[in-house]
Amino acid sequence: MIRVKLPTHLRNLAHVNGEVVLDVDGEASVSSVLEALEGRYPVLRGTIRDQNTGKRRAFVRYFACEQDLSHDPADTPLPKQVIAGEEPLLIVGAMAGG
Amino acid sequence: MSRVRVLVGTRKGAFVLTSDGTRENWSVSGPHFGGWEIYHVAGSPADPDRLYASQSTAWFGQLIQRSDDGGTTWEPVGKDFDYEGVPGTHQFYDGTEVPWEFTRVWHLEPSLTDPDTVYAGIEDAGFFRTVDGGQSWQELPGLRAHGSGPQWQPGAGGLCLHTIIQHPTDEDRLFIAISAAGAFRTDDGAKTWQAINRGLKSDGIPDPDAEVGHCVHRIAMHPSRPDVLFMQKHWDVMRSDDAGDNWYEISGDLPTDFGFPIAVHAHEPDTVYVVPITSDSLHYPPEGKLRVYRSRAGGNEWGPLTTGLPQQDCYVNVLRDAMAVDSLDDCAVYFGTTGGQVYASPDAGDTWAPIVSNLPSVLSVEVQTLP
Repeated sequence: MIRVKLPTHLRNLAHVNGEVVLDVDGEASVSSVLEALEGRYPVLRGTIRDQNTGKRRAFVRYFACEQDLSHDPADTPLPKQVIAGEEPLLIVGAMAGG
Repeated sequence: MSRVRVLVGTRKGAFVLTSDGTRENWSVSGPHFGGWEIYHVAGSPADPDRLYASQSTAWFGQLIQRSDDGGTTWEPVGKDFDYEGVPGTHQFYDGTEVPWEFTRVWHLEPSLTDPDTVYAGIEDAGFFRTVDGGQSWQELPGLRAHGSGPQWQPGAGGLCLHTIIQHPTDEDRLFIAISAAGAFRTDDGAKTWQAINRGLKSDGIPDPDAEVGHCVHRIAMHPSRPDVLFMQKHWDVMRSDDAGDNWYEISGDLPTDFGFPIAVHAHEPDTVYVVPITSDSLHYPPEGKLRVYRSRAGGNEWGPLTTGLPQQDCYVNVLRDAMAVDSLDDCAVYFGTTGGQVYASPDAGDTWAPIVSNLPSVLSVEVQTLP
């Protein structure tokens, strides 16, 4: 069970309140969590990562356990606290004003 | 009694403004998709309750929203805009080559006859179509196959296909415009295109009367006279009487011929509206006076329309997709500003009043005339 916290715009798009809880097949990584997330909420396809290349969108970042995971390979296992459901994976719109 | 519905796209959401035919009392719905840039909202001429909206941000990319009830409820539809084949390169601002890359949808043009068919103009310039109500989008690649694509360069807003005009009776004839490539026409349903820029002259490109490279800001046509086109270019207001084969200047006595939108009266094909802007480096009205100019002679002779518009300390802009007319007998004219005002003139420009005054910066204004 993986907890995911989405930014406001994406929560609105997916019509969810609060955190999303996902069951992820196999070893949980950013990639497999996004796979599960987009599977449940198809409207989010393309909003976090490119639909064709899987590349993270430039203004999106991934945080967990006070670490920035944005630049790790997307199939890197998530921190054990995230896998244990103790901490959420944060998907964040980069701070850029406006 | 007839009604009107004004569809407003802004930097921070979409708004739907409705009134009866008097156009005096308005109700405001929105923001829809609050916080997102809404480059364009358009209604189907074949089914006025079918609306499409282009929703995007730099953060989370592009979505297309569809409404089947006139803008009360919306559902996201397809958002994949994949170029056909390997898209190649175009010019960057400095003339170097950069790869074609999708950024956003600038303009949605629903078919005149089928609510499920919509054309889309995108950045980097491409021409797309859906025939299933927005569920899927396909590029009509003939435009980029024109051969001049590697010479196209972005305008200040990007390399955007921002104008799509359908011939009123010949569905194979379409006009489009790209900043800063110019105007193009197809006569075979978008299989092949020809550049229609003869007569345009542009400083800022190596060859001022080149076949392509012109920063066309907007084109307008009256459906009763589809061979006559009016153009607001970066600088210069232009006219063609032969479907774009040749253009001539009609700036005449305008105080400045720089601007973005251009529109034609719904019932008078020689009545044309522009909003002069000081210059390419000063994107606000001359002298701080917001003035629409109207020509009743198809150009050259223009008169300012000022009643009800701010005539001092006004430094807003009116963007290319932000002016429209309704088709009631007295033809109201509407425009939105970067300062968040949407003005309406129910008497074809003689007098103006704001419908709303404090929206986010307005990107686009469309009007539907409803039974």
